[in-house]
Amino acid sequence: MSLQDYLLLAAALFSVGLFGALSQQSIVMIMMGLELMINAVLVGSAAFWYFAAPDRPDGQVVVVLAVTAMAIEMAVGFAVTTAVFRARDVDMTDMAADLRG
Amino acid sequence: MPEPGPWWSALLLPAVVAVFAAGACSLDAALRARTAGAPGPAAAALLPVRSAAGLLVQQRRRTPAADTLLWRTAGVALLAAGVLASLVTPLGRWSVGDLSVGIVWFNAMEIVAWGAVWLAGWGANSMFGLVAGYRFVAQGLAYELPHMFALTSAAIGAGSLRVADVVAAQRDLWFVVWMPVAFVVFLLTVLAMAFRPPFDQPTGQDVAGGVLAELSGVDRLVFLAGRWVLLVSGAGMAVALFLGAGGGPLLPGWLWSVLKTAAVLAVLVWAGHRLPAVRMERFAEVAWLVLIPATLLQALFVSILVL
Amino acid sequence: MCPVWREIVFWLCAAGAVASGIVVFRVDSMARATFALLASFLFGAGTILLVELTYLGILVVLMMIMEMVIMVVFMVMYMMNPAGLMPMSMLHNQKGSLAIAGGTFAVLAAGVYLVDWPTSRAPRPEQPVYSLGEALMGSKMLVMIVLGLALFATIVATVVLATHRGRYDRYGDRLDRDRPDDPVRGGVGR
Repeated sequence: MSLQDYLLLAAALFSVGLFGALSQQSIVMIMMGLELMINAVLVGSAAFWYFAAPDRPDGQVVVVLAVTAMAIEMAVGFAVTTAVFRARDVDMTDMAADLRG
Repeated sequence: MPEPGPWWSALLLPAVVAVFAAGACSLDAALRARTAGAPGPAAAALLPVRSAAGLLVQQRRRTPAADTLLWRTAGVALLAAGVLASLVTPLGRWSVGDLSVGIVWFNAMEIVAWGAVWLAGWGANSMFGLVAGYRFVAQGLAYELPHMFALTSAAIGAGSLRVADVVAAQRDLWFVVWMPVAFVVFLLTVLAMAFRPPFDQPTGQDVAGGVLAELSGVDRLVFLAGRWVLLVSGAGMAVALFLGAGGGPLLPGWLWSVLKTAAVLAVLVWAGHRLPAVRMERFAEVAWLVLIPATLLQALFVSILVL
Repeated sequence: MCPVWREIVFWLCAAGAVASGIVVFRVDSMARATFALLASFLFGAGTILLVELTYLGILVVLMMIMEMVIMVVFMVMYMMNPAGLMPMSMLHNQKGSLAIAGGTFAVLAAGVYLVDWPTSRAPRPEQPVYSLGEALMGSKMLVMIVLGLALFATIVATVVLATHRGRYDRYGDRLDRDRPDDPVRGGVGR
């Protein structure tokens, strides 16, 4: 149990989340990938607090920030999905690509 | 001043919780028998034992394409979370594990019920179960937010999230005296989180038993036990946070804890039989527009007093 | 806890977190996917508890259970095949994604072992939650203010985006209705 182990775990979680966010078509599944990536941030910043700077609260503040970011991401993500779905009956990213150049 | 008990107290905890749950269940059966006009409440009080034994030997009912893994998880999670919620509740001088953030721990364990009820509804692959599961999820925030603010009031009053500190802060004056709103809201939401009547829409008659509709045999027993244990944990925490835990004259602390918990539990069960059922959409608005502001004002009042 | 046990618990949690993270994208049932994600978060919270952040660890447990129960509602609502009874693939560019994710992991893992990370001999606080609270209400007040504002903006934005009924639907075109015309009546007599 060292900082390296924790960061390796965070890297693995981040990569799994990245794979999901890139490969999934459904908006809701992409959000699951994003949540996994934020989970990596949680683990990583907690480890940094413990191993690198336990006398300063910064690591803990980052955890709070990440948890809030996750809540906001989910709320706004589902609101946008709802709005898109209501307007066009679409729940896949490939069908909502209006801004493609 | 509560302190962590010896290691074997962890083994004792499920037994104590189970005794309380059995008592509450018997009282419930006796009250129901009295309402129905059946003779002999003493005989009715033994009914739960018989039905529990019956469930133990009953064969499981199956539904097509059920998600068995999630379905079974629901009952186990509910029961485990109910017992674990009592982990931080002191019995007289001892508590099994006095975490530094015991109040948050208790709340986290209660929240498990939210997921468990939905899983029980989903897993059966039955329409009524699913409807009932969604009912509980839809009501979840209306139950949880007032509950959380009531807990917060007690934590502010003691200036600590450790249950032992909350108990110690009540040596002179019980918290119920200066936080009555938080106490009443806490009891209400404990009933609601354990989906006991009058908040029993997830298992309502109008959806054919709801999440219980397809549960049978051991699964049903585990789920029902989990529901009672959750109620017991809530009653125990109400005693610890608002009624001074083991504080009282003459009798030893643990006996006071037991007596108070039994009394609160009896009131909760009795209220379930007496109060009329609240329609869900009504309670949701009452919770958001009345209970949450009331508990917030209570927390403000407590904060000003503490300062 | 003695170091050996902490080591064992950490690696169990780490393996569990990554494994259930992978399961999220492998199962067909949306309910299973969401609760696999919840399992991943709970294992992650386990590792946070191991570094003595009791409050934050339990907070993550609490919040993630609530979030995933809300999430599962939307997952079931917006997927064509929520129960996974008719398996189908909803992926695009799987090979590319796999390559990018694998490459990212390789780079990050190399960085983990190549960089000389700082260590601290500073004493750890008895109650980390106190230092967190003091920071959020003191030196890191700005973070708290921004978070509060962001959350408020989120509430407004999500309601605006998700609701299809405005005040003209509720109170009439001239906003002169005494009681709002709601499909479901509430409990405080409006």
